[in-house]
Amino acid sequence: MTKNNTMPHGGTIKSGTAHDYSTGGWRKLRPILDRDKCIDCLICWVMCPDSAILTEDGKLTGFDMEHCKGCGVCAAECPDKIKAISMAVEEDL
Amino acid sequence: MSAALKQKKVGLTGNSAVAYAMMQIDPDVVPAYPITPSTTIIEEFSSYHADGKVTGELITVESEHSAMSASVGAAAAGARVMTATSAQGLALMWEVLYIASGMRLPIIMPIVNRALSAPINIHCDHSDSMGARDSGWIQLYAETVQEAYDNTIMAVRIAEESDVLLPIMSCQDGFITSHAIECLELIEDKDVKDFVGEYVPKDTLLDVDNPVTMGAMALPEFYMEFKRDQSNAMTRAKDAVSKISAEFAETFGREYGLFESYKLDDADVAIVVLSSAAGTTKVAIDKLRAEGKKVGLLRPRLYRPWPHAEIAEALKNVKVVCVLDRADSMNDFGGPLFGDVRSALFDLDTAPKVFGRIFGLGGRDYKVVDAEGVIGELYKVLETGKIEQLNRYITI
Ligand code: SF4
Ligand code: SF4
Repeated sequence: MTKNNTMPHGGTIKSGTAHDYSTGGWRKLRPILDRDKCIDCLICWVMCPDSAILTEDGKLTGFDMEHCKGCGVCAAECPDKIKAISMAVEEDL
Repeated sequence: MSAALKQKKVGLTGNSAVAYAMMQIDPDVVPAYPITPSTTIIEEFSSYHADGKVTGELITVESEHSAMSASVGAAAAGARVMTATSAQGLALMWEVLYIASGMRLPIIMPIVNRALSAPINIHCDHSDSMGARDSGWIQLYAETVQEAYDNTIMAVRIAEESDVLLPIMSCQDGFITSHAIECLELIEDKDVKDFVGEYVPKDTLLDVDNPVTMGAMALPEFYMEFKRDQSNAMTRAKDAVSKISAEFAETFGREYGLFESYKLDDADVAIVVLSSAAGTTKVAIDKLRAEGKKVGLLRPRLYRPWPHAEIAEALKNVKVVCVLDRADSMNDFGGPLFGDVRSALFDLDTAPKVFGRIFGLGGRDYKVVDAEGVIGELYKVLETGKIEQLNRYITI
């Protein structure tokens, strides 16, 4: 896409391009996983607005720091009895 | 096709005629929320839906903001979408109107023109659709029930024209046209279906083999190029209106242009006015023509895009023009139509003198005697060469 060309009709573009855009730089808080507590229910994976929860074989393996913007939704949505994710202040780390 | 396919003559209100056209078009999706005076369009369409006369989805939503949002969603999914509204309903759709046009979704929306609050008023003026004149929607204005019906059918083709793909408002005057029974010719269902044809969307969210993102961001590097493309599509819409109106005339025998000229050829003075008020004005013109006064009328049918060059050409030999606006821009410089007409004439070597009058707000009657008063003012300017008041309210 160059400026002199006409733009894609109505702004319709191929899907999945958000992956190419880093939102990790916005982050002030970082999710920290307590692996011992996590029961791999993957509610955080469903709820993360940025697809930043990484999994393998149905198990939570970590966070994609290129895309995690530190919103804390995962920490809030992790079941009350588990609370395996805490949010740490980036500058304190 | 040969002219004048079989049609039946009936008496219908403007809203019944538009609802009938919608039934014949049978759009894929109609998200709707009722508001006076457009309510009976949706009411009657709901009856057609309940009676199994249409096959599309009718979604009764909780507000006009939702009606336009659902229209955008359905159109993005690849559906042919229609809805209808008036006044506050259109105002509540505001932010989504721009999303529909920016995403180039050819949504078709009959508008029944009504005054905006406050004060609360349910009667006709053009403040609702005039406020949306820069929203990137094509706008047609109908004088009669027949034209409101015909425009609804043509609107489908204009919006969906492959080099246009923009949403369209097809406007008629609230109550004056929408609730008055006039005689009109209805086209056979099959012929309407043949004329509008099948809608083939350019992109669709439902094509899972070719997944797309719609409504993505475009920051300063690209936003302006998108707007330029949209603006160019709006420019092309003018030719689409001419082309499709010509095809309609050839098929069904009724001719419509970008605007209507009435006794304009030899006119010294002329009135420019939209919609139903043109009918009243023609009666006054006929009366004064009988007295030897050379008066004419220009009634824009297409208002967005604005056919400025054609209108300048049509008015270039007129000496004085009065533009009647059924909406005030509240800018100390008259109504929107006044500004557009005056600007269109500016580059003529001998531009007519142009003044504006605001009339008929909130359903105030505009009578033959009011049109005669305007013609009197036109002649005064013709004789003295001086406009005493550039803009003011009449019918007050
Ligand atoms: S903080 Fe927000 S963006 Fe980051 S992993 Fe949790 S839910 Fe996703
Ligand atoms: S919601 Fe909590 S328990 Fe469930 S997978 Fe995520 S971190 Fe683990």
